[in-house]
Amino acid sequence: MNTDKVVVAMSGGVDSSVAAALLEQQGYEVIGMMLRLWSEAGREDSNRCCTPDAMTQARRVAALLDIPFYVVDAKEIFRSTVVQYFLDGYAQGVTPNPCLICNRAIRWDFMLDHALALGAEFLATGHYARKMKDESGKMKLLRAVDASKDQSYVLHGLTQEKLAKTLFPIGDYPKSEVRRLAESFGLPTATRADSQDLCFLAGEDYREFLRRNAPGICKPGPIVSRDGQVLGEHQGLAYYTIGQRKGLGIASSQPLYVLAKELATNSLIVGREAELGRSELAAEDVNWIAGEPPSTSFRAQVKIRYTASDAPAEVRLMNGQQARIRFDTPQRGVTPGQAAVFYAGEVLLGGGIIV
Amino acid sequence: MIYLDYAATTPVAPRVLDAMLPYFREDFGNPSSVHRYGQRAEAALDSARETVASALNCRPDEVIFTSCGSESDNLALRGAALAMQEKTGANWILTSRAEHHAVSKTAEQLEKHYGFQVEWLNVDESGMVHPETVEEAVCHETAIVSVMYANNEIGTINPIREIAEVCHEHGVLFHTDAVQAAAYLPVDVDSLGVDMLSLGAHKFYGPKGVGALYVRKGTPLVPSQTGGGQEFQLRAGTQNVPYIVGFAEAFRLTNEEREERTAHVKPLRDRIVGTVLEEIPNVRLTGHPINRLPNHCSFALEGVDGNLLLTLLDAAGFACSSGSACKTGNPEPSDVLTSLGLPRVWALGSLRVTLGVGTTIADVDAFSKTLPPLVEKARILATDKNR
Repeated sequence: MNTDKVVVAMSGGVDSSVAAALLEQQGYEVIGMMLRLWSEAGREDSNRCCTPDAMTQARRVAALLDIPFYVVDAKEIFRSTVVQYFLDGYAQGVTPNPCLICNRAIRWDFMLDHALALGAEFLATGHYARKMKDESGKMKLLRAVDASKDQSYVLHGLTQEKLAKTLFPIGDYPKSEVRRLAESFGLPTATRADSQDLCFLAGEDYREFLRRNAPGICKPGPIVSRDGQVLGEHQGLAYYTIGQRKGLGIASSQPLYVLAKELATNSLIVGREAELGRSELAAEDVNWIAGEPPSTSFRAQVKIRYTASDAPAEVRLMNGQQARIRFDTPQRGVTPGQAAVFYAGEVLLGGGIIV
Repeated sequence: MIYLDYAATTPVAPRVLDAMLPYFREDFGNPSSVHRYGQRAEAALDSARETVASALNCRPDEVIFTSCGSESDNLALRGAALAMQEKTGANWILTSRAEHHAVSKTAEQLEKHYGFQVEWLNVDESGMVHPETVEEAVCHETAIVSVMYANNEIGTINPIREIAEVCHEHGVLFHTDAVQAAAYLPVDVDSLGVDMLSLGAHKFYGPKGVGALYVRKGTPLVPSQTGGGQEFQLRAGTQNVPYIVGFAEAFRLTNEEREERTAHVKPLRDRIVGTVLEEIPNVRLTGHPINRLPNHCSFALEGVDGNLLLTLLDAAGFACSSGSACKTGNPEPSDVLTSLGLPRVWALGSLRVTLGVGTTIADVDAFSKTLPPLVEKARILATDKNR
């Protein structure tokens, strides 16, 4: 039995509820916590992570489990880090993934600090991922048992120190088993529709959010082909994603796709489907879970988006925090601003931001 | 866990619970019924009313039982304002921003929907309303003045008798919310000279869900809840007999034990104030240093998220509260603290510690030892948050 204190990040959903119940069953002294994140004024009720509804639900679960539950204000730090990162990314012509920075700066920094201040040894979340300690005492981050639910991709920024203070109680179970466990614990099993929307977009298209919050970054400019031919006008680089086909408004003999964005000339580069594939990419700000890379050059499976499949590749280190990745076969949808995450089988080695 | 939030609510005293129980079971009748079940319930109701009247030093038919202190405030303010508007055309309401929301929000509603105008009386830096302030504002167009007896957030006691005198010199009705005060201050309505006075049982070891309003005979009042003729036509609805019995027993005990209870909590409270002011930097006592409820201390801590401090305290085993009771992690300084003119970075860091019959010196010392390091933690986390 464990007698340590652990703070569980609770959302009111089935995953974090079961995580809390499992920890309680394992004998931990469990404390529930929810962060109050930032929402645009007037849209607080739609924030996906901390609506009054979600809070009520999490409170109910905490009451059922007879654990204390606290809501901690994180509005300002969330705005100044995560939302700012999102706006800055679009201003720089990339497609940022604010969940990555949220995990790094909010969950495993701000929230972990609050958990430790409450006297907890661990912060637990309802992520589908696993951690393990190897023979040498190093912490390893592993994919979830349920590959279809694996969320390790968004956790690639964790360090040894943070991983040592982290628990992923449901990473060992398939989703179906988590649901069954929820029932057996007498917990509400309703899940919100899986959504990849960002919490602070409150269910809205990100373009609308940008129009209101960063009107300056959305300047119209030319749509050009690889060979420099101007084909039309775009509404602002931020409104397009790599690989996008619809909504370009260009008459053409064959379908055109967004290939790249060129910030210096404010151009949207388009081309044919065959041109979408890229066999190389560079990643910066690379984090190694082990604290250091396995070697200066190694084979790995690489994921370039949360939903992408593994692609076999060669990873070469440029310096401590930069890497070049060469895929065995060209990959579509390589998007600057998203993460490239490297795996050796089940083990997540590290990852960085695609430039 | 150590409970230091007696101003929020108190546990029901065992004698009070014992007094209530028969009225759920064998004596469950409706006091309005003709038969003997009804007669026994009515007898219990009458006796409860007499007990309360005797503690208030008023007539039994001046005691109206309600569902809580907030309802009493609503009935007093809305009832008297509407009655005076009809009677004399008076349409001003005088009250302060330091009032409980049960009064201030009712005043705002009367302004928004019923054609009244509210004049918000200034309070001094301790949250006190001075009789001179009332004197300057009151006139023949004033329908009612409402000033609380003692403040729930900051403990300050107002000079009720003097304010009542000022009002009566101008022929204006005066109501006081005594919900927080009644646990420790004498509530002799005759000597206070008030026209109406609100009470809630759960602040003095009675059950939640029952309150009372003292209404001086002859005070014009429009009922806010209409229906049957209960409570002298002023508050419709079958009386909650077991709770009313509990109210009366709790109030009787409170009056009987007032001095002992005060003697118990006051030195313990002073001990907390002493250590907090000595051992924690950048802290001030909010409310009046002397004229305050004897079980009550409240502080403003610079650069602390009050809600987070409560979380840390709870995790460490101490139940306290802040000025802005907020469970949703969305801190806003309370109206009361804002009315004192406290800067936002101080007002957000409010802490209220209130003692009761169960508080021991060991509790107080444990608390005094735990608080300073937690405040330091909260300050570090706040820097974290704003970096």
